[in-house]
Amino acid sequence: MLGFLQRLGRSGLDTAAAFGRAGILLWQALWGPMDWRDGPALLFRQLYFVGVFSLIIIVVSGVLIGMVLALQGYTVLVRFGAESALGEMVSLTLLRELGPVVAALLFAGRAGSALTAEIGLMKATEQLAAMDMIGVDPLRRVARPRLWAGIISMPILAQVFNMVAILGAVAVGVSWLDVDAGSFWSNMQGTVDFREDVLNGVIKAFAFGIVVTWIAVFEGFDAEPTPEGISTATTRTVVYSSLAVLAMDFLLTALMFGVD
Amino acid sequence: MQSRQIEITVGLFILLGIVALSFLAIQVSGLSFADARRDTYALSAQFNTVAGLTPRAKVMVAGVAVGHVRAIHIDPITVRAVVEMAIDKDVDYLTTDSIASIKTAGVLGEQYVSIAVGGAPDILKAGDTIKDTQSAMILEDLISKFATSFTDKK
Repeated sequence: MLGFLQRLGRSGLDTAAAFGRAGILLWQALWGPMDWRDGPALLFRQLYFVGVFSLIIIVVSGVLIGMVLALQGYTVLVRFGAESALGEMVSLTLLRELGPVVAALLFAGRAGSALTAEIGLMKATEQLAAMDMIGVDPLRRVARPRLWAGIISMPILAQVFNMVAILGAVAVGVSWLDVDAGSFWSNMQGTVDFREDVLNGVIKAFAFGIVVTWIAVFEGFDAEPTPEGISTATTRTVVYSSLAVLAMDFLLTALMFGVD
Repeated sequence: MQSRQIEITVGLFILLGIVALSFLAIQVSGLSFADARRDTYALSAQFNTVAGLTPRAKVMVAGVAVGHVRAIHIDPITVRAVVEMAIDKDVDYLTTDSIASIKTAGVLGEQYVSIAVGGAPDILKAGDTIKDTQSAMILEDLISKFATSFTDKK
């Protein structure tokens, strides 16, 4: 009994300590004067690895999800003769929920895991310790550009996802299933509001970008410097960031579109 | 990889993001900068009920869009719905005896304000109110009227 209580208490303390370490890492990495000499080059490099490399999976999944949404939406709507509302249905689903969430999940799997593995390996091969020895702060040099790259890339990726998904829906709905193109677009434009739907989606993607990269970078720095340690850290990044994204999505949806 | 190439690719990536956002803004949400700048003048009309009319709904004359609904609120004195409309500046043929009515496009379609132009010599000016209005047809009311008249006859 006491042993159980002790284990429970220890895991609670460990969790609290991990949250504390994560907070300190975020603070120390983002705070402080900007390095104008090396900073932009490091950031561009990370934008390339984090953002551009995720583009292919985002575009391909976006097109496929848009096509599936259009096909499924059409089979239901056509029974009520309301297939002209297809554009409205697809675009609202994507802009408000599916776009930011699926893009963030893919981003966690594609870029988050890579970040954790990279930083974990840097730690295991004592590159981070070596940086410390020559007076370079690894949080500034390694964590900061990666965090910023993730925060900047995520909204861009989510909007690209939304765009190609809607184009995929057009391909299936208008070109294949013969929904009238005029009513498809005009119903969409009549119901989608720029501030309410598009901008709130951008804010969501922004929040998910912060959380996913934060978890990924923290797990990398916090990984045990062994092969097993790196692999568990990578798994944890994907699991934790997926759960965090889904939980945050509920909270943000309740705040943005909740019943008022 | 050369840092020049990296920077060019990242530049393209950011450009793609901007393109996607503008696509969503213009093509999907129908945000139009031309609309905001286009000269309009304000008209208002009071209805007993607007039943589902929303801001940004179209205002039509003979089925042609000539403006949009800017705001809907309740007049606290008459307790009727006041619909404020923005009409394009070049629409100068709305006479003072025009009739505004709320119509529905199709059975389940969106609602819009239809203005039927009358024959009076005077033209509505900015800020004027259309006095003659027909409220939205509410299907439930119609059915209940029909049902009561049906039972009365028996």
